[in-house]
Amino acid sequence: MSAVAWFKDVGIADRPTVGGKGGSLGELTQAGIAVPPGFVVTTSAFETFLEAIEARAPVREKVTALDPNDLGAATKLSEELRRRVIEEPMPAEVERAILSAHAELTDGVTPVAVRSSATTEDAEDASFAGLQDTFLWVLTGADMVTKVRECWGSLYSVESMTYRRKQDFPEDGVAMAVVIQAMVDARCAGVMFTRSPTTGDKSVITIEGAPGLGSAVVSGEVTPDRWVVGKITGEISVRDISDKHAKQVPAEGGGIKEVELSGAERSQPCLSDEELLALREVGRKVERHYGKPQDIEWAIDKAGNLLLLQSRPETVWATKDALAPVKPPEDNPLKHVMSIFGGKK
Amino acid sequence: MSEQKSFPLPSDLKVVPGTEAAQAAYPYYTQFVPEDDQKFWFYNSMHFPEPMHHFDMITAEAAYVALGAFNTRVHVLPTAKGIDHRVINGRVYIGGVAVTDPKEIAERVEQFQQRAFYYYEHWERLYDQWKVKMKALIADAQALPKPELPDYEPIETTHTGKGVASNHALLDIYQKQVEGYHRMWHHHFEFLLLGYGAYMTFFDFCKKAFPEISDQAISRMVAGMEAEIFRPDEEVKRLARRAVELGVDQHFTDNMNIDQVLADLDKVSNAGKEWLGELETSRNPWFNVSSGDGFYHYHRSWNDDLSLPFAALPGYIEKIKAGANIERPTAQLIEERNQLVSDYRELLDTDEDRATYDQLIGLAHRVFPYVEGHKFYCEHWYTNLFFNKIREFGALLAKNDFFGPEGKEDDVFHLTQYELESAIIDLMLGWGVGATPRGPQHWPAIVAQRKAAIEEWGKHTTSPALGAVPDVIDDPAIVMLWGITRENLDSWLNEGSDANPNELKGFAACNGVVEGVARVVKSVAEIGRIQQGDILVCQVTNPTWSPIFQKIGAAVSDIGGSMSHMAIVAREYGLPAVVGTGSATTKIKDGQRIRVDGGRGIVTILQDEPVLEDA
Repeated sequence: MSAVAWFKDVGIADRPTVGGKGGSLGELTQAGIAVPPGFVVTTSAFETFLEAIEARAPVREKVTALDPNDLGAATKLSEELRRRVIEEPMPAEVERAILSAHAELTDGVTPVAVRSSATTEDAEDASFAGLQDTFLWVLTGADMVTKVRECWGSLYSVESMTYRRKQDFPEDGVAMAVVIQAMVDARCAGVMFTRSPTTGDKSVITIEGAPGLGSAVVSGEVTPDRWVVGKITGEISVRDISDKHAKQVPAEGGGIKEVELSGAERSQPCLSDEELLALREVGRKVERHYGKPQDIEWAIDKAGNLLLLQSRPETVWATKDALAPVKPPEDNPLKHVMSIFGGKK
Repeated sequence: MSEQKSFPLPSDLKVVPGTEAAQAAYPYYTQFVPEDDQKFWFYNSMHFPEPMHHFDMITAEAAYVALGAFNTRVHVLPTAKGIDHRVINGRVYIGGVAVTDPKEIAERVEQFQQRAFYYYEHWERLYDQWKVKMKALIADAQALPKPELPDYEPIETTHTGKGVASNHALLDIYQKQVEGYHRMWHHHFEFLLLGYGAYMTFFDFCKKAFPEISDQAISRMVAGMEAEIFRPDEEVKRLARRAVELGVDQHFTDNMNIDQVLADLDKVSNAGKEWLGELETSRNPWFNVSSGDGFYHYHRSWNDDLSLPFAALPGYIEKIKAGANIERPTAQLIEERNQLVSDYRELLDTDEDRATYDQLIGLAHRVFPYVEGHKFYCEHWYTNLFFNKIREFGALLAKNDFFGPEGKEDDVFHLTQYELESAIIDLMLGWGVGATPRGPQHWPAIVAQRKAAIEEWGKHTTSPALGAVPDVIDDPAIVMLWGITRENLDSWLNEGSDANPNELKGFAACNGVVEGVARVVKSVAEIGRIQQGDILVCQVTNPTWSPIFQKIGAAVSDIGGSMSHMAIVAREYGLPAVVGTGSATTKIKDGQRIRVDGGRGIVTILQDEPVLEDA
């Protein structure tokens, strides 16, 4: 398997090698949904790299031997392994493959986002939250390679290692894919749930958005505008327009910075009704593609194009679905009216 | 520190000083008594938003006689009997009669299932039969002659040995007409609660399966497409098309003088005469629609006042000549409805739920044609005939000076139905005896007093409810017909405390946000003032207003629910609408800029001062 896989060539079934995020972006791309182009640094690239550094000194063996209750030892090991992942030389064929894909993607000008893409369902659990790294507005190929190493290194954070040890997770299967995606200089961005986060209702779509990059919404730095839109009808039943005190924008030397907002951008809705309905269309399409409600990150670029940055299955309500029917059918359908007339609560 | 809020007791309500006699004239069984303090009452502002003329109380009375009979003793609803009513300061308060004894409920459940299930099982046949009955009842009312008193009995009475003189006909016509009106209300409630109940069963299921679904989405899934109530508007479109085809369309202009137009068409050509023939075809029966909800004598029909349908003609004609299709896209609407039903079905989680959903939507679709269709026959056609017949008695009494030298036919509506019968007998006596009736001395002062009382009552607001708030409202009739819930009551109690004074809430009838100039229209006579793009603000919006929907940007009403026909028609026109705001026509001033958010059911007043109209 090669070190690099383009979005258009992978799908959700490739999760073991491209991770959940990479597989999902590939799946969306293949389904014809507008996604900023990109590629995945596969687990094969990671394995090749790890093999190279294991040849110098053991890595997996040390993690396997770790006592998860010995915080001091874990901290020490984490520092050591992360330093090695950042500093030790990368096999030339891996580095060349990544840099060449990057050059093809960006022509040397387009900034990219670098995100870790975990390979197991487990790794997307709440217990792993925070272990997923995202680096925005990365300008050069060299910077990108550094960020890829940082993503790999996060496998050796204290939390990640002790979690694996407590779960008795075989260290041999542990690998990390990394997504490299052309970056959208968003006019506004946010998230969308194709069901209600408060009631679990699948007939509505909840959209949250704010000016600038979506990171401000995802990280909770800014209270976003919020809408509830009928999934089937398109009715906009809730419009909560918030005071958006700041937005995140690209910084000159790479990375992002926060800018204070005033005037209309601060107080007015960041999306028009047409844009809300366009989001609903895309949300429905993605949900139909996967056959279940989705948790989506989206952005609208300066030219007004709507792009999806990520989509994953909604997990909180999904576990509650299908436990009990709303109302079982009756042998005589007329008996249903007794729920209105019979005084049964 | 806020104290526990509660509604006043019936005994706390005082008759407005100076109107005591007018209050006392309402029937004794509608007056509040001390025992009524034990019960919960609410103001029926949905059906009776204005102080009641004494005669118009017959609408409340006949309706509650029939509703009670069907709930209590015909269908035998297990948990609820009828609706009690009282009137004070012209305002109608109503309260349910709940069944709480479990043994009685069990007994009634058994009765109900034998009776109501029979109706559901044979719905189509019984509804077909219903239409035959209703049309026969309407024909009977139409056949009643105009009440008249000749100087001498026609000679035919002698030659045919008729043996009954003309004054007897007055009593005969009046009693038949009152009897017919009561009978109509019985027919009205023959299916209504069962129809709403089946609809509500589906509604409740949708609310459980989709907690955030809007009421309008549910009613769109159920709405019928062929209901009679859409027909009047279709007839106006047909007349517009015929005017173009016959080449007489130039006669129809904004603010035309209708009488002049009719006279001109009769003169100009055979084409003009042909169009007048078409108008007659449309008028009977389709213009027998009330421009209100039919509950007051002054809600006149299109046939009584052609200004509403005629106001729509120029706009339709213009669209036809521009090549636009103004036909109601029935096939497309049916397809949209079916799509909606299957899209929601797809979202359900289990096969069991899908099976229940199919059972419930199936039943709702079977019953809904009645829910939509009955109003044309009952509240519009029959009620219009009824009030016009009473108006004929009014004309006869006015001619005989019963309402004084300045008396008008409509003064008759200040008499109760019982007083009117006595006035008719007074007139019959006078005619027969050859003496002067006593009415001209008796009624003018009473009519003047009641006119003044109604005007006075109209200036006073009244409490939305009276008595102790019940923990739950589970009377199906009250929930279905009035939409009263515990949450409503709490919001009434809190009204004004933290609400934005420039914001009105109602039912979200049709999605969309529009800003524009409010045109507060109190009666059909004012529709000429509506300019292209104005926002119509009126008390009752119903389908009979739909011809002017082509002109306006949005619609707001005081009265109406999410299940109202208005909501359905607004959606067909894609017109943002908020209905049932309670107070739009009093809080919004004519000419103010307002914003209508039809998706959320919110109307916002943007400017405190009305803007001056351009000439």
